[in-house]
Amino acid sequence: MLNSPQSVASQLQSFQPGIPYGMGRSYGDACLNPGSFLWSTKGLDHFIDFDESSGVLTCEAGVTLRDLQGLVVPRGWMLPVTPGTQYVTVGGAIANDVHGKNHHVAGSFGDHVIRVRLHRTDGEVIDCGPDLRRGWFRATLGGVGLTGVISQATIQLRPIMGPWLDTETLPYTGLQEFFQLADASERAWEYTVSWLDCTSRCGRGIFMRANHSKAAESSVSRKQAKRAVPFTPPISLINSLTLRPFNVWYYKSQAHKPRCATMHYEPFFYPLDDILEWNRMYGPRGFFQYQTVIPSDARQEAIQAMLDEISSSRDGSFLAVLKTFGERKSEGMLSFPRPGVTLALDFPNRGARTHQLFSRLDAIVREAGGRIYLAKDARMPKDLFISGYPNFVEFLPYRDPGITSGMSRRLMDE
Amino acid sequence: MSNSDRKRIVIVGATSTIARHCARLWLAEYKCVDLTLVGRDLARIERVASDLRVRSPKSSIEVLTVDFLCPDAIKRLAQDLTDPSPVDIVLIAHGSLPDQNLCQEDLSVCAKAISINAISPALFAEAFAGAMENAHKGTLGIIGSVAGDRGRKSNYVYGSAKGFLERYAEGLQHRLARKAVRIVLVKPGPTETPMTSNMPQPSLKLASPEVVARHIVDGMKKGSPTLYTPRKWFLIMAVLKYLPRFIFNRINI
Repeated sequence: MLNSPQSVASQLQSFQPGIPYGMGRSYGDACLNPGSFLWSTKGLDHFIDFDESSGVLTCEAGVTLRDLQGLVVPRGWMLPVTPGTQYVTVGGAIANDVHGKNHHVAGSFGDHVIRVRLHRTDGEVIDCGPDLRRGWFRATLGGVGLTGVISQATIQLRPIMGPWLDTETLPYTGLQEFFQLADASERAWEYTVSWLDCTSRCGRGIFMRANHSKAAESSVSRKQAKRAVPFTPPISLINSLTLRPFNVWYYKSQAHKPRCATMHYEPFFYPLDDILEWNRMYGPRGFFQYQTVIPSDARQEAIQAMLDEISSSRDGSFLAVLKTFGERKSEGMLSFPRPGVTLALDFPNRGARTHQLFSRLDAIVREAGGRIYLAKDARMPKDLFISGYPNFVEFLPYRDPGITSGMSRRLMDE
Repeated sequence: MSNSDRKRIVIVGATSTIARHCARLWLAEYKCVDLTLVGRDLARIERVASDLRVRSPKSSIEVLTVDFLCPDAIKRLAQDLTDPSPVDIVLIAHGSLPDQNLCQEDLSVCAKAISINAISPALFAEAFAGAMENAHKGTLGIIGSVAGDRGRKSNYVYGSAKGFLERYAEGLQHRLARKAVRIVLVKPGPTETPMTSNMPQPSLKLASPEVVARHIVDGMKKGSPTLYTPRKWFLIMAVLKYLPRFIFNRINI
């Protein structure tokens, strides 16, 4: 455990090679290091400065987004970009250049980072940002921890009137309708996202969009109750028997909800955070997540082809998320977001069969010129990494020789 | 808000992970707090203070450093802090887990470990308890450890120092039983802090410091004399304490 910014240098030197480890919410091996060290940033959880008039916040990298939002939201500020869970650290959000439901408006997390302090294993400390040592900044943003340990960061927050969102929920019955809705919502709606019924070949789903509410108060109360999955069942609860009825039920129940509602930001941004340890539902073998982005020109055909593959495999996921990205290009050399549409899917791990399905999905992604999200990957073949992330050659010189991860050994040979 | 409405809190050993989580909870609960952080290393304690200032801009947070083994300095510090107005809460949280083997080989390491884990907290407790007795109010928390419940070969130097604190707190509780002063001995189980991060993977999951801090803050509010946290350690240690010697001596802990 990294205790303090002062002790980072000596700790990195005594335990090598390692990889920085925050909350461990990366789904794949980006935050794992079999046979080597994990440097936990849990002790680096101090705020350093917050200017309430400008919304500029500096904190250590182990601060979680939950802690951060809890501090700034009551004071009229919010993270301008937030992923689907608050249980990640600021350092992890930078290292994976995470995105949220407002990518078309606000870009990715890195677009709001002013400064990053990076500790290299040789003891060098590098302060970088969009206007300072930009190469280091672009390599570290989305660099999955391989350029050094981020010890602190400065972020520009956005002002808000209150914690409420005005939301709309619209069912759609096919991909074409989804794209129409998504394109039409880009101008007037800050947040857009959709849940996709991946057991239906036609690609029906539920489209959600939201804007920050002007009201500071709301009559809606925020339920705080958190439920937890108490233990890991011996087999995955998500299987071919449960999947279809689950998806049909979910589609029907959501489609009948009132179209407009005021919601607290937490259940809208972080729906799964209310179910602690939800990953246990997938049983002891766990699950894989497959998240890809497909460039705009090939989007409908590619997504349709993937849906066909998934529904004919009779595997599939309850949590399929489809969302369009805006035109804004991410700064990071290995950042995931790019103009197009992103599809995220969970699959229970069923061994070879699941991997075969992934290979077929890979072929579609490869042909469409898409890429797979490093934060969620545990198995993509190297050639797909190289074709998906053409900037990786530019990235390599910035790597820290004292840092490895399961992912770096798998995709970058060391 | 007048000064008398503000809680006055002192935390000794404030850079300890459990202590700073307690501080965060107190600041969130009382909003306006006069908090004094006492430590050994100014840079480390300033880091904690900056964090708490961001979290609670309405509170006043001061830092002080002192020699943790100097009785006169400790006495003076307690006087300076309690003279202007009495304190409501004092938490004595410092401690350090020594390498047991090193303590056996090098008696100066052993002496240091006993001084910092037993003598020093007792001196602070004595100084503040006296002031609380005079003021007829206050809650004093001392962080002991489950390690103090029975001596074990893997850490009895640390354990005996913590065990000393238990007898000490017991005596203080007896002395102040009829006064409006409460003494709370906290016994955390192994908690996920830098102190335990180099331990080999324990068979039981480490407690999170947030959960432990929540128990401490709630327990001190109630004035519970002894507080095992997480609570399961009460049972675990009850079994361990009363295990017959012929069995106990065969287990490797």
